[in-house]
Parts: sequence; C-alpha cells; structure tokens
Amino acid sequence: MEIAFTILLFIALVATAIAIVFIKRLFAVVMLSGVFSLLAALLFIVMDAVDVAFTEAAVGGGISSVLMLGTIALTARTQKQPERYSLVPLAIVLLTGAVLIYGTLDMPNFGSPDAPAQRHIGPEYIARTPTDIDVPNIVTAVLASYRGYDTLGEVVVVFTAGLGVILLLSGLGRRRGTPYPRGVSANRDQDNAQ
Amino acid sequence: MFIFATIAVFVCMVLLLVRLFAGRSMYDRVLALNTFGTCTVLFIGTVGLASGRPDFLDIALLYALINFVGTIAVLKFFRYRRLGDAPEDAEMIQSTHDAEASN
Repeated sequence: MEIAFTILLFIALVATAIAIVFIKRLFAVVMLSGVFSLLAALLFIVMDAVDVAFTEAAVGGGISSVLMLGTIALTARTQKQPERYSLVPLAIVLLTGAVLIYGTLDMPNFGSPDAPAQRHIGPEYIARTPTDIDVPNIVTAVLASYRGYDTLGEVVVVFTAGLGVILLLSGLGRRRGTPYPRGVSANRDQDNAQ
Repeated sequence: MFIFATIAVFVCMVLLLVRLFAGRSMYDRVLALNTFGTCTVLFIGTVGLASGRPDFLDIALLYALINFVGTIAVLKFFRYRRLGDAPEDAEMIQSTHDAEASN
C-alpha cells in the first residue's frame, strides 16, 4: 500500500510541477505551488517522516504562498513571454538532478536497519530514555532533553522569523512612507469584477 | 476499510488537481486549493488509521489550522490587494497624515 501511494503521489507531484511551468497566470502558479508543497508533505507522511512533512506544509503551503502573493501585489500578475528560449537552464536542471540521483546511490536503502542512523547512537537513546527521562515518546526525549540546547537555538530562530514576518506584513515601512491614495479600494473592486 | 477511504480521498485530490490545472476563474482555484487542504487533512487521518497509528490525527489538526490561515491570507489578498492592513486602516493613516500636514 505504501509503495502504491508513494508512486501515485509522485505522479501527482510531477504533474503539478509541469503545470507550474506551463501556466502563465502567476496567481494560479502560487496556488499550484501550495498544492505542490501539500503533496510533498503527504509523500513525507506516507514515508513516515511526519516532522519533515509538517515543516514542508508550514513553510511551502503556508508562509511562502503568502510571501509570493505579496510579491504579486507589488509586481505583475502575468508572466512575460520570453523573447527566445534558451537550453542552458534545462541543461543545468538535468545536470543537478543527475548529480542528486548519483548522490543517492551511496545512501542506505529506505528504512534499512543497517543505516548508520539506526546503528550509531539510536540504540543508546532507545535504551536510556525510559530510565533517564521517562517519557513515552523517544523523539520528544531527544529533542527536549538530549538536544535541549539545540532545540533552544531553533526556537530562537523561529521566534526571530516570526517577528520578521509580523514586521513585514504589518506594513511598517508603508506607514512611515506615503500612504495609499484615496478611493483605491473602490477601483480595485471594479478591477476584480471585470 | 480505511484503505478504501484513503483511495477515495486520493481520487478526490486528483479531481481537484484537474480543476486547479484547468481552473476557469481565480475563485475556482482558491476553492480548489482550500478543498485540497481539507483532503490533505482527511488523507493524513485515513493513512494514519490504515497503518494503525491514530496519533496521526493530531498532526492532521495542525494541517487544518495551516489551511485555514492560508485561505484567509489568499482571500484577504483578493479583497484588499495587500496583506498587511485593510483599506479602512489605510484611510485612517491618510486622514492622520493629512491632519499632520495641515498642522
């Protein structure tokens, strides 16, 4: 079941990526990139990486969609047709993909018990968590206790990022600069109706 | 049983993808994205139950929250063409700015 869903989700991912390349209306592209992130998150969940999936959904589907919408509000809403098509970007993308696939050849198989992550330090955490910390979830024990300082640093980073987002969205710069002209919302509504 | 439910949810997601690709108007696409998020929540729940881990439901709830906030942001962008503040806010700033200028 897991393999079948992985393949189906990969097909949907590739279809979404191809649609993103061909659609010219940037608003639709933002919607599709949100869907792309949700599909990637589902793929991670099917492959049992729940925490990675949640990061992907929060960053890709949540904040980056909002940031891209803000960018569209400041720039144009349709993609310009390029004057001529160049093959260099395609070559770079194919080369990078080939290098990444080559890099996976040395990695252990998916879910393999012989992987270094399973053999190096994992068994010790599993053995010591019930006596050391006594919480049912070992991941929680590792994150909150064994790597407590690391998690504290991450929380500081997340807090700073949140402050930055609030400052960006609250329009601090605009308030100090020139405000919007009057009647702008009425004109915009007419644009919407057309 | 849960596997059939998961397959049904996945079929719904494929149909929504078709709507997103073809998308007649922007509102179709917004609705499709919102429904896609809901389907994601359902998919996580059914996958978790099918593989015998009902604790996935907590994670699905978080996805519902992200989906809600994202949809609100998109709709606010539609209504006001900006994300930070509403036009009333901007008009208030304008009036205070005018008052300061006249003083």
